[in-house]
Amino acid sequence: MNEVVLNMPLALVGYYEPWWVQILKAVIIFAVGLQLVPMVLIVERKLLGRFQHRVGPNRVGPFGMLQPIADILKLLTKEDFRPRTSVGFIFALAPIISMVTAIAAWAIIPFSNTQDIFGTEVGFYGVDPSVGVLYAFAFGAIAFYGLMLGGWASGSKYSFLGAMRAAAQLISYEVSQGLALVGVIMMAGTLSLTEVVEAQQAEGWYVFPQIVGFIIFVIAGFAETNRAPFDLPEADAELVGGYSTEYGGGRFASFFFAEYLNVLVISGLTVTMFLGGWDIPFWDEPGWIHPFVVLFKISLFVFFFIWVRATLPRLRYDQLMSFGWKILLPLATVNALVTAILVVVID
Amino acid sequence: MIRSYLPALVFVVLGSGVGIAFAVLNGLLGRKRAVAAKSDPYECGLPSDVQNGFRFGISFYLIAMLFILFDIEVLFLYPVAIQLEAFGVFALVETIIFVVLLMVAFVYVWRRGALEWK
Repeated sequence: MNEVVLNMPLALVGYYEPWWVQILKAVIIFAVGLQLVPMVLIVERKLLGRFQHRVGPNRVGPFGMLQPIADILKLLTKEDFRPRTSVGFIFALAPIISMVTAIAAWAIIPFSNTQDIFGTEVGFYGVDPSVGVLYAFAFGAIAFYGLMLGGWASGSKYSFLGAMRAAAQLISYEVSQGLALVGVIMMAGTLSLTEVVEAQQAEGWYVFPQIVGFIIFVIAGFAETNRAPFDLPEADAELVGGYSTEYGGGRFASFFFAEYLNVLVISGLTVTMFLGGWDIPFWDEPGWIHPFVVLFKISLFVFFFIWVRATLPRLRYDQLMSFGWKILLPLATVNALVTAILVVVID
Repeated sequence: MIRSYLPALVFVVLGSGVGIAFAVLNGLLGRKRAVAAKSDPYECGLPSDVQNGFRFGISFYLIAMLFILFDIEVLFLYPVAIQLEAFGVFALVETIIFVVLLMVAFVYVWRRGALEWK
């Protein structure tokens, strides 16, 4: 058994490039994420319009394509104010925490493994640590401070209620989300996201053997990103705007931006863990196509997010809690146990 | 080893850069017309006299405690999950005992009504 312990993949050193390549690729991947958010915004508003028999925004630019730019400019020219009851320092810090965690989590999405570019091996991901999945969860957990501190520091009862709800909802579904991935990790035998994708290239996409884990992960992902039907932290009908009630202008833009980036990150994680990442089945695809495959799969998933938002009504809060704890958690545990038994028996 | 995390640092710096840029640009571009009523916290219905010492339902506290219990369960399962094929039946039996013990606690919590939202 000692040999097994010594050969633990946790001890492996991740591959890394020269430092200037690392900084360059980080900036490029960051820029791609920064471009994707306005695209998701306009696509969501357009699609929601279509779902409701409207045309959606169509005034700014061709087909309303410049609407998100106009939104951002509009937000930035709003008056920068904070309520008398707010705790100034934390009030200003909270949106930045949200922003940082969303962008840092985006670093983990692998668009391909390492590829040869002009003689330099470059990994097509921000970071690929041997604890990849934990990295994503770590930043997901810090993101909750953004919402919680923002709501608390606003000094308004609606913000505070929204923040409490957001906190309870995020931590409830984080458990199921983590457990849903245990099955995938057992099958792949690694936490590194690129290695998970490579395992899927060999064994087939995990969405089929891990269908239960996939469904749980996606549902928990909706809850983690505060998207409909789990958008109770900002339920506008009862809480005005939840944790972001007192925010306006640039700070609200930060919260909003982080939320949509989180949607992209959850989509990317789902694509990586369950839908084969950059893999196209039955085809030995050339390396340059990998990032486009990942982006295509992510955009399909974002479409699914929007579709669900247009279709399902919001849950009641007690339903939300009992669904997370009484259905998803036992289901995820059973899924992990069954997977463990099958992995050991088949092996 | 640590060097492979350099891009993550770049992401964190860029992220805080964008967050700060939004706030600063807003401060520069935004119009300023202070009115006393603007600095009141949002109200609707009954007037709210909110202090910073908020009270909140005990259910939130319970959920937080349960979260610690079960999230640590998940964290303990991860290393076992990675090495499951290598350790084989030994790890499997250990995992099952571990999870069953936690499920006993879970059933207890459920029966005591900690999962009912009040």
